[in-house]
Amino acid sequence: MSANIEDLKSELTTMVEAANDLDSLETVRVSALGKKGKITAQMKTLGKMDPEERKTKGAALNLLKDEIAALIATQEAALKKQALEQRLSTEKIDVSLPVRPKAKGKIHPISQTMEELNAIFASMGFTIAEGPDIEDDWHNFTALNFPPGHPAREMHDTFYLPDDPNEQGEAAKKLLRTHTSTVQIRAMQEQGVPIKIIVMGRTYRSDYDITHTPMFHQCEALYIDKNIHMGHLKGCVLDFTRAYFGIDDLPVQFRPSFFPFTEPSAEMDIGCSRKDGGLKIGAGDDWLEIGGCGMVHPNVIKNCGLDPDEYQGFALGFGIERMAMLKYGIPDLRTFFENDIRWLQHYGFDPLDRPNRATGS
Amino acid sequence: MKFTFSWLKEHLDTDASLTQITDKLTALGLELEGIEDPTEKFAPFKVAYVEKAEQHPDADRLRVCIVDTGSEKVQVVCGAPNARTGMKAIFAPAGAYVPGTDLLLKKGKIRGEESNGMLVSEREMGLSDEHDGIIDLPDDTAIGTPFTDIYGMNDPVIDIALTPDRADCAGVRGIARDLAAAGMGTLKPLTTPAVKGNGKSPINVHIKAKEQCPLFMGRLIKNIENKSSPTWMQNRLKAVGLRPISALVDITNYVSLDLCRPLHVYDADLLKGDITVRLSKSGEKFDALNDKSYTTDKGMTAITDESGLLGLGGIVGGVSTGCTDTTQNVFLECAYFDPYAIAKTGRALQIDSDARYRFERGVDPEFVFDATEIATQMILDICGGEASEVVQAGDVPDYETFIDFDPAYTKKLSGMDVPEDKQYEILKDLGFQLPNNNQVLCPSWRNDVHGKADLVEEVIRVIGYDSIEPVSVRSEHAVAHGGETPNITRSRLARTALAARGLSECVTWSFMSKNLAAHFGSNDNGLTITNPISSDWDQMRPSILPNLITAAATNADKGNGDTMLFEVGPVFKSAKTDGQNNIATGIRFGSQGNRHWSGAEANRINDIYDAKADAIAALEAAGAPTGNLQTAREASEYFHPGRSGVLKLGKNIIAQFGEIHPGVLDEMGIKSSVMGFEVFLDAIPQKKSKGPAKPLLQLSAFQPVNRDFAFIVDENVEVEAITRATIGAERNLISEVSVFDVYKGKGVDEGKKSIAINVMIQPVKQTLTDKEIEGICTKIIDAVSAKTGATLRG
Repeated sequence: MSANIEDLKSELTTMVEAANDLDSLETVRVSALGKKGKITAQMKTLGKMDPEERKTKGAALNLLKDEIAALIATQEAALKKQALEQRLSTEKIDVSLPVRPKAKGKIHPISQTMEELNAIFASMGFTIAEGPDIEDDWHNFTALNFPPGHPAREMHDTFYLPDDPNEQGEAAKKLLRTHTSTVQIRAMQEQGVPIKIIVMGRTYRSDYDITHTPMFHQCEALYIDKNIHMGHLKGCVLDFTRAYFGIDDLPVQFRPSFFPFTEPSAEMDIGCSRKDGGLKIGAGDDWLEIGGCGMVHPNVIKNCGLDPDEYQGFALGFGIERMAMLKYGIPDLRTFFENDIRWLQHYGFDPLDRPNRATGS
Repeated sequence: MKFTFSWLKEHLDTDASLTQITDKLTALGLELEGIEDPTEKFAPFKVAYVEKAEQHPDADRLRVCIVDTGSEKVQVVCGAPNARTGMKAIFAPAGAYVPGTDLLLKKGKIRGEESNGMLVSEREMGLSDEHDGIIDLPDDTAIGTPFTDIYGMNDPVIDIALTPDRADCAGVRGIARDLAAAGMGTLKPLTTPAVKGNGKSPINVHIKAKEQCPLFMGRLIKNIENKSSPTWMQNRLKAVGLRPISALVDITNYVSLDLCRPLHVYDADLLKGDITVRLSKSGEKFDALNDKSYTTDKGMTAITDESGLLGLGGIVGGVSTGCTDTTQNVFLECAYFDPYAIAKTGRALQIDSDARYRFERGVDPEFVFDATEIATQMILDICGGEASEVVQAGDVPDYETFIDFDPAYTKKLSGMDVPEDKQYEILKDLGFQLPNNNQVLCPSWRNDVHGKADLVEEVIRVIGYDSIEPVSVRSEHAVAHGGETPNITRSRLARTALAARGLSECVTWSFMSKNLAAHFGSNDNGLTITNPISSDWDQMRPSILPNLITAAATNADKGNGDTMLFEVGPVFKSAKTDGQNNIATGIRFGSQGNRHWSGAEANRINDIYDAKADAIAALEAAGAPTGNLQTAREASEYFHPGRSGVLKLGKNIIAQFGEIHPGVLDEMGIKSSVMGFEVFLDAIPQKKSKGPAKPLLQLSAFQPVNRDFAFIVDENVEVEAITRATIGAERNLISEVSVFDVYKGKGVDEGKKSIAINVMIQPVKQTLTDKEIEGICTKIIDAVSAKTGATLRG
């Protein structure tokens, strides 16, 4: 390599290395490789050379051009990195600032519990049935085998509405349903048998104290076919309470009781233990009543226009608030209806957290 | 229903322990409510000897006593005037709980003298009102004898909750019978004396209300002495919470509790002529033995004499013929009253008596005869005297119930395998008669047993429900199919959508005050509750809005002013079955939240477009085709007329939204503005099911074109008219219209506004030429001008 190429290389290398920002590096690039650059100027002299010299010098110049281009690229990368670091060092913000608020709504525990119950009973093959909150004496009492004047009617402190002037007798006597069992009657009349339904909804009794609210929610299941017996009832209660509370060995106990619309009737208890004022659901030394059940009274089946000698089955019912209180540790029934936003936010559920048997939630 | 363990043993021969008995009671359906053992409660109270009682040096009315408890001698300061040296009294040491005065005894000094306990009075022990002095026991009472032994209170009290069907167990004997059937011992025979009457009763009985009182037995007992009842009887009555009054009254109470057989006694000298049972007239008055006065309605079961109304049969007797300490001649009543009539009268006059409790459940009609003899004998034994012959009016009502019995049905209904012999045995033990193997005759005291299912219950409750083997209920398909109704589905989806938008779900009462309801569209008296708990809750709700507004205001009072609440639930427009609608309702109260460094959006005041967006979100989630929604101004009157609207599909209103009417809010005492919406979930058209598949997605390969337009229109023109006209101009190619500016003010004439929209034109078959795009733009401008009178802003 001739001396002047060496000199040129040395000169350009110094210039590249001296460029300490991208702008001056660009200037160096132009002065070396640009149209009027130093290497370009040398290239232009090749044409006047003899072939042998041109070949030698051309190769040397090309090599120099590549070397300088590589050198510039390296320098450019270094300068870019330096510039980025420079920029980043100035772009510091307070990462501790609170984020933009997004209001978060919650699902009420009653709705959540109803969806959970629906999921459980649906997996046993029950479908939902519905009926009106404003009922009449026949659907609420008589069809359910409450004899007129029977003290059992007084177990339900009923809210009454004015008589319907367009109806006669028991159909005219309007009231707020005291239990969801009215829907048993409507569903049996509409769907016939076999029938396998659950009913969930608002019920009303004239009572207001620490453990009673004038409005509350009930869930009940009805299963009528030709050979449904009390063992199925017990199995259904056992399976549903175990699924609901998520306790595989939760024991269930039946105690004889009385409801006009079932015979035999039972109260259903689940196992629990009580210690230091606390309550724990699960196999223990005590029992906790959760609801009532029994074999649907033959008179009820008859009142729905069906033959009790052919069809039989069970009904079970319980309070939804109570089930939610037991599962989620909510201490006071009345707070369900106070709609205190702090309570709703605390005991409510994320709208994306929907009950799902597959996930066990 | 309370009774004591020893009382039970009067009827039940048993070696069973108290726990075995109480466990079995619950298993039989006679649910144990509680056991109270007074020997535990009163354990510290024992007989002590007052060795010395001297005047307190510093208090006139106090005495300083040295008390010998048998184990030690302690000093006690006592205020009783009868405290004296050498007496036997009941001593309670420090640490004892004194029930009558609700006091926990502590050591202390009274006027400088040490006191280590208390010598107690009857009132302090909760026994009586006697507090003139401390309990003064006979000298020969042994020191250290438990208080409960002295007072015959060493008998555990069992309390059971009785279901309304079991009349027979409202008497101790009925409970004993159930326990005996369940293997807890043997039912002792009931001895029925036959009292020979001496002469006819001068007082006769006439029944003019046969339905309400089918049978009335009576008897005069002369020359009695109505002293105190015997101690054993008093102790039992006291143990179950009844105060002993006099022998006659105590006997009636005792027989009622013991044998479920309410009685009544009249002072015969106060009766005027014969007794007549008749239906009351409206407005008859009497003073009852419960210290209250009652006025009858027409048709109640009145016990009368020539003076008029004496009492209400089977419910409560009257003062005018009541027995007192001086009663010498008594007329005993043992009658059967109809449960329905009793319940009706008791409810109407709100009288809860022990007699009503039993008669309305249905006492044993056959037992009237024996009970008359048993009660007479008891009176003669305790009060002396001489009984007349029995006078009987009416007859035993027809009660015999024969039921076809099939032992196989027990298994079919209960799933429980009980051997036939065992079934017959259980029924016999419960008092059922078995004329043959296919039929049973119910006992006269079991008016709750009517059919074959009842017999199954009798058999299996005696065996025990624990023996029922659970059988799982399974879905018809291996994988269960869903079970929701369309209404439940829509509710669930709307609920989830609203919560996801930041609103929290409430559950509020289905009722509200009539006055408040009137402001929200209620005008139907058929929806007024006739017996409300309070006037705040006397009308079925016509809308959920007021409940949510009230809830938000209550939250604001507690310092949470910015709340967004919703509820999905029923509202009522009539009492008919179809008068109930399911409505998703929400409100936004205050602003979006607190001030925030990021800008003003964070604490922007909620406006009607937030409520409109909520409504649309709920509709969309619930399956409404929201792309076809039209807005109109037809919202209910409880919305601000200028700041509210409805969302319609065709003519069908499916939601409304807006600012709540300031006048209505003023009536409610709410100062801030409230945004609200109501989504009528029932009004959303049901999707025609075409299966789960969605329509095929067709994506254009061509670049969309965006064009902006600014129109000047009259300020009353609503933007939706412009956007609809725009879309209508070239329906196939315009894929989206958005409104990005609404302006009034400088540069726009008074009474006009400028609306700027962006239109996205999506070519379908080929890229559009400039000329074609120009053509579409002209069509848009022409269409908007034609529909709204708009001009393009220069």
